[in-house]
Amino acid sequence: MSTSVLEKSAKSPKPVIAKPPRTNRHLAILTLGFLFFGILFRGIATLPLDRSSLTSFQNWLNSVSIWIGDNRTSNPIFTTFINVIRSSIDSFVKGIQNLISQSMGESTSPLIGWFGIVVLLTFIALMMANWRIALLVALGLGTLGLLGFWQESMDTLALTIAAVVLALLIGIPLGICAGLYPKFERTITPLLDFAQVMPTFVYLTPVTLFFLIGPASATIVTLIYAIPPALRITAVALKEVPWASVEAAISMGSTPFQALRKVQLPQAKRTIVVGINQTIMAALSMVTIAALIDAPGLGKVVIRALESLDIGKSFQAGLGIVILAVILDRTTTAAAAKVEKEATDHSNHMRHRVILSIGAVVTVTSVYISHSVNWAGNFPGTGFLGTNIAKYSDLMTQWVQLHAVSVTNSITDIVSYGLINPIESLLTQSPWFITGIAFVLLATIFGGKKLAGIAAFCVLGIVGTGLWSDTMTTLASTLVAAIVTVAVGVIFGVWIGRSKRADRWMRPILDAGQVLPAFVYLVPFLGLFGATRFTAILAAIVYAAPASIKLMADGIAGIPASITEAGIAAGSNTWQMIMKVQLPSARRNLTLATNQGLIYVLAMIVVGGLVGAGGLGYLVVAGFSQSSLTGKGLAAGLAIVLLGILLDRITQAAAVKSTLERKK
Amino acid sequence: MVKASRIRRGSAFVLLASALSLSLSAGAPAQAAAVKCGTVNLADNAWVGYEANLAVISYVLKTNLGCKVVVKNLTEQVSWQGFPTGEIDAVLENWGHDDLAAKYITKDKTAVDLGPTGNKGIIGWYVVPWMAKKYPDILNYKNLNKYASLFKTSESGAKGAFLDGDPSYVTNDEALMKNLKLNYKVIYSGSEAALITSFRNAEAQKKPMIGYFYEPHWFLAQVALKHVALPAWTTGCDANAKTVACDYPPYVLNKIASTKFMKSGSPAAAVIKNFSWTNADQNSVAKSLSVDKLTDDAAAKIWVTANQATVNKWLGK
Repeated sequence: MSTSVLEKSAKSPKPVIAKPPRTNRHLAILTLGFLFFGILFRGIATLPLDRSSLTSFQNWLNSVSIWIGDNRTSNPIFTTFINVIRSSIDSFVKGIQNLISQSMGESTSPLIGWFGIVVLLTFIALMMANWRIALLVALGLGTLGLLGFWQESMDTLALTIAAVVLALLIGIPLGICAGLYPKFERTITPLLDFAQVMPTFVYLTPVTLFFLIGPASATIVTLIYAIPPALRITAVALKEVPWASVEAAISMGSTPFQALRKVQLPQAKRTIVVGINQTIMAALSMVTIAALIDAPGLGKVVIRALESLDIGKSFQAGLGIVILAVILDRTTTAAAAKVEKEATDHSNHMRHRVILSIGAVVTVTSVYISHSVNWAGNFPGTGFLGTNIAKYSDLMTQWVQLHAVSVTNSITDIVSYGLINPIESLLTQSPWFITGIAFVLLATIFGGKKLAGIAAFCVLGIVGTGLWSDTMTTLASTLVAAIVTVAVGVIFGVWIGRSKRADRWMRPILDAGQVLPAFVYLVPFLGLFGATRFTAILAAIVYAAPASIKLMADGIAGIPASITEAGIAAGSNTWQMIMKVQLPSARRNLTLATNQGLIYVLAMIVVGGLVGAGGLGYLVVAGFSQSSLTGKGLAAGLAIVLLGILLDRITQAAAVKSTLERKK
Repeated sequence: MVKASRIRRGSAFVLLASALSLSLSAGAPAQAAAVKCGTVNLADNAWVGYEANLAVISYVLKTNLGCKVVVKNLTEQVSWQGFPTGEIDAVLENWGHDDLAAKYITKDKTAVDLGPTGNKGIIGWYVVPWMAKKYPDILNYKNLNKYASLFKTSESGAKGAFLDGDPSYVTNDEALMKNLKLNYKVIYSGSEAALITSFRNAEAQKKPMIGYFYEPHWFLAQVALKHVALPAWTTGCDANAKTVACDYPPYVLNKIASTKFMKSGSPAAAVIKNFSWTNADQNSVAKSLSVDKLTDDAAAKIWVTANQATVNKWLGK
């Protein structure tokens, strides 16, 4: 979890022809020009589209979805291929559920009861990591039970396991190929970028179109999100293995395959385990969102609680998700560290073996007991801990809502009238070609002709979806959210980057912010800030800020000691130190934090649509639940992707450029 | 084009977990039934009123007939798709869906109409109660323009804000504003949760608020929203979504089941067919579920115990 930020769309920076550092002046001219022409031609060619009208492209998408619905049970593509995939993934998930979460047939508990699972997972943690992590796992699992959501937690775990197993089965071999064959890697990289930049909600609709809703679709959606980190990191791991050691093996008579198995894979093992960690975390966060398409587990509890506005319960289940995330993250992180240590350390094998054999016997016995004895099967009690947490978080929210509402209402008004409305009216009222040209010029400044081409493609693509005006509404909120996210990222990032203690305190909070499903804090936010764009922006900031903060903190902490010492020697005070030395040195991280901030904010667009942000997010949700709007929803998804690529590429290029300019 | 009579009301949060009613089936068959019931697959659409029907019917099927009830969280559209494949046996509260009925009931004959649930559905425009008291004439649409400035918010520009709810409600509101020449902008709150929170806060803080809502709904027991009358609905007045200028039609909510299930001879089929209750009945169970936060089975048990005579009628006793 702690490194996931860097991986989200980390790609190898492409070499860019360095331009003279006149960037700032160009940007200023571009901004003024855009304001001038945008306001001059205000209201012309803004391409608005009524809520219930559809363009011919959107109608065509609609007819595609109807065709799929009509042919699902008859067309051979479905009967021999898609439906088969669906039912086999379904039974795979069901198998794991029967093992740990759902009862089968006459029995009242799953094959392994709660007691068996606690002992088994603790033992696995002991084997893979150390006793401290094992203790954490045991305590964490116990807490899950006391929260009152044992079965739902295990459902979430079952789905995560299913998705991770499949993601690794697909991702690692492909990653090995990518690591060995650069050509293959070059072909597959744009696809991976696409899968990771695309906001997760966007592919819910297309996937359900083919696979209906349910565990199979949930698994597939999770795969799309979880395969890229597995694949990427495996490829990186293989490339890190020194070529000399491979050559040595081959000169000793190994075949290339033997060299891979005996030399490259063992040496890449540690990094691959890091990749597994990333895959697990990605899968867990997606499995929660997949509750929207009927994935079983904790995510569903949260969504159901939202339905009846049960803040306490949604918080309770959200806490369960955070605990699961912590358990999985810490175990795999420690496992990666252990793999590295074992490579150098071979002592104490005897003692190890004894402990492990005893553990194995205890585990097998416990699993057997949990299978056959009643108390060890279903978690006892009704979750008194959870009930209390729910009660108090409910009371607290009510109190805050009652007392803070006049303040929060004025905050909403100030931000809406002062910031969101002007930006939105500028973007939605300017002619599409003026805004489009501005984007292309911006791309040219940062990335030259090639990037300009990509920008032009994205702009025209968005116009083609017929949703230009809605895209601009969304862009306005996205920009406001991104600006705040970066500001928060810089402030907290500097604080955390400068202080080890702040780091230790803030990390768990940041981790929680990233895995807590957005639905958990939507309802309290709604109570405080109403169904407004501001509420949506706030939700996006909560989700996106941790990524920006971590990146900034890493940047500040990573500044070589020689530079900071020079600053101190020159007599800088703290403020001068931050402004003159640390922030400029971390400039590349600042642009990366902007990039990640934007990507994470974009990922929340659809969630924003659920609380009054309108725009593309609302259309995706509407298309999802109304057959007459399916085509429009799909088009909105496409527009989000194009907007995402546009913003991602431009900010990536800005990051590369700022690095190059610094080096000059 | 979308007609008002096709209003769908799944939630944006498409699907509800009703894993609870699955997992709690430990309260096993109380009496063995004469004919073995087997498994019944019920759709679970995502609003609390539906949830109430589902809770009570599942409870009766489990305790009186010993059925194994499998609840599937699906959108309305997908629930209907489940009839021919056998994935869904019954939908317990259907709102209109003329298009789906034409396809699955009339054309393919894979589904059958099991008659009304006894609940009457109303869709329309509502204001917070304090406003109806202070400005009694606001309950007629003709006077709405007079009050438009009261409803102005940061989201609505120069016009009054009118809040719409869940995206799966097909509304005519945007067209109605235009055709009735009302100075309001429709704001898409995006979810039922957002809509309810807004109404609740507006009433608590005595702030103006107007929006889309429907009955029967548990929320009305907490905040008695007042219905604003639009030009009365007549057959066909809402046929064209662009020119519609009348109120939403009244709904007779009904149950739909798959033909296969009805022919299977399952005793559950008869119970679902006989099921009928009042808006007050549904509201009381819905309140237990959403306000008192009871589990499906606990909520159902309270109602069933108090209304054994009605349940016996469904059971054909």
